Amino acid sequence: MDRRKYLKTLAVGSVGAGLLIQSCETEKPQTQQAAVTHTIDRTPAEIAREEKLRAETFFNEHEMATIAVLVDIIIPKDDVSGSATDAGVPDFIEFIVKDKPELKTPVRGGLRWLDVQCMKRYNKSFVDCNAEQRIEMIDEIAFPELAKPEMQQGVAFFNTMRDLTATGFFTSKIGIEDLGYVGNRPNQWDGVPQEVLDQYGLQYDERTLAESVKFDT
Amino acid sequence: MSVFQIKETPKSYDVCIVGSGAGGGMAAYVLAQAGIKTVLLEAGPLYDPAKNVTQLKWPWESPRRGSSSPHRHFGDFDAAYGGWELEGEPYTHKDGTQFDWFRARMVGGRTNHWGRISLRFGPNDFKRKNIDGLGDNWPISYDDVAPYYDRVDQLIGVFGSKEGIFNEPDGIFLPPPKPRLHELFIKEGAKKLDIPVIPSRLSILTRPLPDNKDRGACFFCAQCNRGCTVYGDFSSSSVLVKPALQSGNVDVIPNAMVREVITDNSGNATGVSFVNKDDLQEYTVNARIVVLAASACESARILLNSKSSQHPNGLANESGVVGKYLHDSTGADMGGILPHLVGRKRYNEDGVGGMHVYTPWWLDNAKLDFPRGYHIEYWGGMGMPGYGFGSGIQYTNGKYPGRDGKMKPAGGYGASLKDDYRYFYGATFGMSGRGEAVAREDNYCEIDPNTVDKYGIPVLRFHYKWSDYEVKQAKHMKETFKQIIESAGGVVTWGHTDTAANQYGLAAPGRIIHEVGTTRMGDDPRRSVVNRYNQAHTCKNLFIVDGGPFVSQADKNPTWTILALSMRATEYMIDEMKKQNL
Repeated sequence: MDRRKYLKTLAVGSVGAGLLIQSCETEKPQTQQAAVTHTIDRTPAEIAREEKLRAETFFNEHEMATIAVLVDIIIPKDDVSGSATDAGVPDFIEFIVKDKPELKTPVRGGLRWLDVQCMKRYNKSFVDCNAEQRIEMIDEIAFPELAKPEMQQGVAFFNTMRDLTATGFFTSKIGIEDLGYVGNRPNQWDGVPQEVLDQYGLQYDERTLAESVKFDT
Repeated sequence: MSVFQIKETPKSYDVCIVGSGAGGGMAAYVLAQAGIKTVLLEAGPLYDPAKNVTQLKWPWESPRRGSSSPHRHFGDFDAAYGGWELEGEPYTHKDGTQFDWFRARMVGGRTNHWGRISLRFGPNDFKRKNIDGLGDNWPISYDDVAPYYDRVDQLIGVFGSKEGIFNEPDGIFLPPPKPRLHELFIKEGAKKLDIPVIPSRLSILTRPLPDNKDRGACFFCAQCNRGCTVYGDFSSSSVLVKPALQSGNVDVIPNAMVREVITDNSGNATGVSFVNKDDLQEYTVNARIVVLAASACESARILLNSKSSQHPNGLANESGVVGKYLHDSTGADMGGILPHLVGRKRYNEDGVGGMHVYTPWWLDNAKLDFPRGYHIEYWGGMGMPGYGFGSGIQYTNGKYPGRDGKMKPAGGYGASLKDDYRYFYGATFGMSGRGEAVAREDNYCEIDPNTVDKYGIPVLRFHYKWSDYEVKQAKHMKETFKQIIESAGGVVTWGHTDTAANQYGLAAPGRIIHEVGTTRMGDDPRRSVVNRYNQAHTCKNLFIVDGGPFVSQADKNPTWTILALSMRATEYMIDEMKKQNL
C-alpha cells in the first residue's frame, strides 16, 4: 500500500487492518453484555467498576441544578462555541466525583456553603437568586487574590468548580473544536509550518534538515 | 478427589520463561526462531495493541476523560493494566523507607506503555567503579554488548542521529523527526548555556522497518503509551511475543502467577509452579531450562520463595545477594510557560509519542559534588486535552496580559476566562531529569516474613533510601532546569520551590520504573547472582534476563540493554544446549 493510501485507510478507522496478521491467539474472554458501550479497551475489572459507578447517584436534583448554573457562569456560550452545559459538563462532574471520592465532600460541601451564603444575603438559595445576585455572589469567590479572608472556603470551592468545568468542557467534542486541537489523526510530521517559523524568526539548521525524516509529497 | 490438587501441565518444554516484557519477550523470540519448544508464562491477560485499542480515541470516550483509575494508574487510555498497587497483591516496607513498585500484569508488561526511550549504555557505564570508585564494574564491557545492540536496533527499529559522543554510542538509526516549536526554543536556550540538545532516540518507526512486513510505520499521533495498532513502535507484546507465538514453537499461558521454581535433588531447576488466576488451580510446568524475566523485583521474589534443601536461602542465593543492590533511576521535574507562545497558531504538532529532542549527560562528575549523571527529557506544546486540562488557570491568567493586552485579576469566570484557556493553550512546557543512582547493598527487597498475597505467595518487603549522591544530583537538576527555562525565554511556574527538606523534589524510589540490580551479574559467585551470560552461578539451568542482572543503571533507560543482554544470554543458552552442556 502506498503511504498516502495507508494514511487514508487509517483515517477512516479500519486501522491498518491490511497490515496486521491475524493473531493465532484466542480472544480475551467476553464478559456479559455491558450496559454501557465501551469504545475503548476495557478489562473485565474496569467494566465492573464502571457499571457500579454508573448505577450510583450522588448529587440530588437541587445540587445538579446548582452545578448547571455554576458551570455556565464559568464557561458560557460565546461566539465560538456552546456553554458548559451544552458540552455535558454537569454529567461529567456527577461521574467524576463518584470516580474520585475525594472530590465528593469539597463539591457537596461547597454547594451547601454557597447556598448558606445566599440565604444570608438574599434569603434564597443560589439557584433561586436572580442573575444579578448570582453574579454578585460569584464575584466574591471567583478572584483568589481579591477575595475577602472570610470568603476563602468559597474561593477554594470555586477553584475546584472552575477546574472541573474547564476539564469537562475542553475534553468534550465542543471544547476540543473550540480549542482548535487538530491532532489525534494519522499524519506526517514534517516540522513546524514555515509561516510559524517565520513568525518567531526561527529556522531549522542545515544539519537538522539533512538528517530528519523526509516524506514523499 | 481432593478439591486442592496440583495439576501438571501435560506438555514438557525445553525452556520455560516467566514474564513477557522486554527480557522475556526477547528470550521467547530468539528461542522461537531457533525452533526450541518454549512455554511463556505471564501473570496477566493476553494483550495485543491492534485488538485492545485506545489509540486515536477522544477524551470524551472515557467518562473520566483519561484520568487514572485503580485499574490503570497511568490513565484510562494508557496501555498498562495495573499500577503502583494491585488489588490482593501487596508489598510492604521496612524502617519507614519507601519504594513504589509499578507492575503491569499483561502480555508485554511495562513495555506496552513506556516512553520508547532506547539508549545504549556507553563504555563508561559498564565500568563506573574504575571512574569514581563507587559500586562495582560490570564483568562485561560495551564491546561485549555492542553487537547485540546493533542487532536489536535492526530487529526492532530506533530513530536517532549520529553524534559521536563517547559515552552515548550511536546506533543503527532511522531518521529522527524534526523538533517541535517549544523544542526549538529549548534547543536555542540550552545552546547559550553549552548544554547539548540532540535528537531523541526512540524505538518508533519513523520509516518502515526494512524487511519487516508485519509492522506499519509511525503515523505521528503521539500516543505510543496507548499501544500502537500498526505496531509502529516497540512493545514486547507486538514485536516479540506475537511473532514468537506465530512460529508455533512457543506457547503462552496467560494469567499464570508463578509461585516458585522447582528444583531436583541435585539443585537444578526442573520447572515452575504457578497458580492460574482464572480457575485458581495450582499447576506445574516442566522444562529443561528456566528463564526468569518477571521484572527485577518479581524475579528476586520468585528466587527467594524457591527454597529447598539444596537452596535453603532461596534459589541461586548462596551469595545472599538476591534482592540487594536494588536501584531505580532518579527523577526531578520543572515546568514553565513560554510567554511568547500565547495565542499561538494552531496546527497538528502531535509528532511521535515522546520528545523529539533530549539532552544526554554532558558534564564531568569529577568536577561536581555528585558522582553520576542524568539526561533531560523535554515536553510541552499543543497536546490533546485530557483530564486536568485548564486546572490552576488562576496561577497563570493573572500573571500575563490577556489577548487584549490588559492585565486582569487571577481566576475569574465567563467569556473572558473561556478565552484565557484558548489563549494560554500550548504555551506551557517542562522537563524531567532521569539520573543514575549508585547501587548499594542496603537498598534491597526481601521476603516479608509476615505477609502473603491473595494467592498465598509471600510478598516483598522493601528497604530503600536515597543517599546524598542522589540528593545532590537532584539539586543540580533543578538549578539546571531553571537556567534552561529562563534561557529559552520562559518563566518557571512549578517545581522551583523544592529544598533540601524534600530532597529537592527527588522522586520517591521506584517512581521512574527502572528497577534493576536485584540479581546482579559478576565473575565472583560470592558477590553476584548470575555470570556474564545471565546464568545463575549456583543453578546452571536457570537464567535471569530482566533488569535484575544490572550491576549499575547508567543515566539511561534500561530497556535497550535488557533487550541486548537477553538476546545475548538466550543465544549463549542455545549454544550450550547444542553442546549438551545444558
